[in-house]
Amino acid sequence: MTSPPQRVRVTSPRTSARASRPTVGTQEIDAQTRVGEVYMHSLLRTQLRLGLTVLAVVIGPLAALPILFVVSPDVRAVSVMGLPLAWFLLAVAVYPVLLVAGWWYARRAEQAEADFVELVDRP
Amino acid sequence: MNWWTGREHPVSTASGWAAVVVVSLVTLAVGAFGLRISRTTSDFFVASRSVRPLWNASAIGGEYLSAASFLGVAGLVLAFGADMLWFPVGFATGYLVLLVLVAAPLRRSGAYTIPDFAEARLESRTVRSMASALVVVVGWLYLLPQLQGAGLTLGTVTGAPAWVGAVLVAAVVVLNVVAGGMRSITFVQAFQYWLKLTALLVPLVVLLVVWRGDGSPSPAAGVGGTDDGWLLPLEGGGAQDLYRTYSLMLATFLGTMGLPHVLVRFYTNPDGRAARRTTVIVLALLAAFYLLPPVYGALGRVYASDLVESGRSDAVVLELPGLMLAGTAGDLLGALLTAGAFAAFLSTASGLTVSVAGALSQDVLGRVRLGSRQLGGVATFRLAALLALVVPLTIALSTERLAIASSVGLAFAVAASTFCPLLVLGIWWRRLTDIGAIAGLLAGGLASGGAVLLVIVDPDRAGWVGALLAQPAAWAVPTGFAVMVAVSLLTPDRVAPGVTRTMVRLHAPESLALDRGSWQPR
Repeated sequence: MTSPPQRVRVTSPRTSARASRPTVGTQEIDAQTRVGEVYMHSLLRTQLRLGLTVLAVVIGPLAALPILFVVSPDVRAVSVMGLPLAWFLLAVAVYPVLLVAGWWYARRAEQAEADFVELVDRP
Repeated sequence: MNWWTGREHPVSTASGWAAVVVVSLVTLAVGAFGLRISRTTSDFFVASRSVRPLWNASAIGGEYLSAASFLGVAGLVLAFGADMLWFPVGFATGYLVLLVLVAAPLRRSGAYTIPDFAEARLESRTVRSMASALVVVVGWLYLLPQLQGAGLTLGTVTGAPAWVGAVLVAAVVVLNVVAGGMRSITFVQAFQYWLKLTALLVPLVVLLVVWRGDGSPSPAAGVGGTDDGWLLPLEGGGAQDLYRTYSLMLATFLGTMGLPHVLVRFYTNPDGRAARRTTVIVLALLAAFYLLPPVYGALGRVYASDLVESGRSDAVVLELPGLMLAGTAGDLLGALLTAGAFAAFLSTASGLTVSVAGALSQDVLGRVRLGSRQLGGVATFRLAALLALVVPLTIALSTERLAIASSVGLAFAVAASTFCPLLVLGIWWRRLTDIGAIAGLLAGGLASGGAVLLVIVDPDRAGWVGALLAQPAAWAVPTGFAVMVAVSLLTPDRVAPGVTRTMVRLHAPESLALDRGSWQPR
């Protein structure tokens, strides 16, 4: 009769236990420390600046149009693709511009959020 | 009622009635079907898990494209020309502003409505109640043109007196909302967008072929040359015209985010990122739609210019097929446009009625005590839905006729002067206080609302006073913002205690494990 095989302790790997703990950055934000405040301030500033940039680029030129039309009235009737410039801009061209601006903004905002997650979500 | 009386020679009585009856019945049937679903689970909950961005975006577009977009824009372009192109531009640009300033944070706030958001951010029941009162005001203002448009449509296609259409739409909406259907059936609203786009696009293609066949006559041809006053914007070149243009831009750009029925739909996005992506698709859908109405306006210049003299330019979309095509083809296209217009009234009016009734029942009637009994629950909501429609219906039947799109412009002006400052400052400025918000809502609301009241009583004021009242946004929006900021700075100790946590909730991506506070919408 042989002796029973020696007992072996079976343990789980330690890695998963570590990951479930909150990361340093999120702890700072949850505890509302100075560092946490700085994280949140930087996120807000980045997103607000991005949004205002998009608005300035799209709405700036749009808002300049009425002034332009009053200052130099001849511009309005310049023919573009068979339409007077005013009609071409306001009835056709403005819509693709809005769409591209919106699409670009959404992409950049997602990127900014991914950067923020990377910054904050470190062990 | 003298804003419109029935037409002596209706376009096409039989097919027109058929279109109206079919759209109304389908809406009621789907509402009844939806009732069975929405009774068991919250549709918001279901939708947030299963709705894809394209459907969600179609639903937002379906609810947003109202009588003003479907009929009003073409009517204004027909009557006044290039200056009116700013309306559709503004309606679409408003969504870009909404996208970059409020879409994702509002979804992350977890609020269903603007009053919810106000309560969560400022931790004040008083601000919530004020926001609810404003939801009712803006909702009523926006319901008014829907009902007017319904009267106009039914009168045009059937010759019925104008009140019939207004009452019919109000009745269908009340039945639907009271039964609990349609409330948030994303699929129905999504279908409405594609119906409206088709109903406008298909007839337009045919009409453009007819126009080519007629030798492409210029819409701008006037007596002895080109009609520059119609063809070119700001032809008068006066300061008043310039003021009206800028004020309209401000109202539409900033007012969209404050429309009561728009925000609710954002909750069906699963997270902030999806809210952004959905809004981009909404921009695409609106861009496709808004290419069409100005073309109707321009064609109307060629074939239906007598509508302007008779003061019925809002009917141009409905009348063009009958004027350009003889016989059955014109009848059928007219019926399709009628169906689209009715879909527009029903979908927008339903969304607005639900929002207004929600605010009324939660924050007004729900607080009323009858003896020892407190009102509440389903019965109160039904009473509120009735109230939500009876008031604008009464106004619609008794006021002078306002152009559809311009009364919509007034609703945008009030929303831009009140909810825009509340949302933008609430999301991006942590020093906003409850007292500041109350003062700003009062200032912006009284300024814009007062102007609106004066315009409804007497729409025909001339000169600068008329311009300042008809387009109040340019002075009322800065007033709302300035008062809100100034009073907040004067009351720094009233900053909400949980503001830091709320800001995390509004702005941090959902993938981060963070403490977002425990606030839940009521």
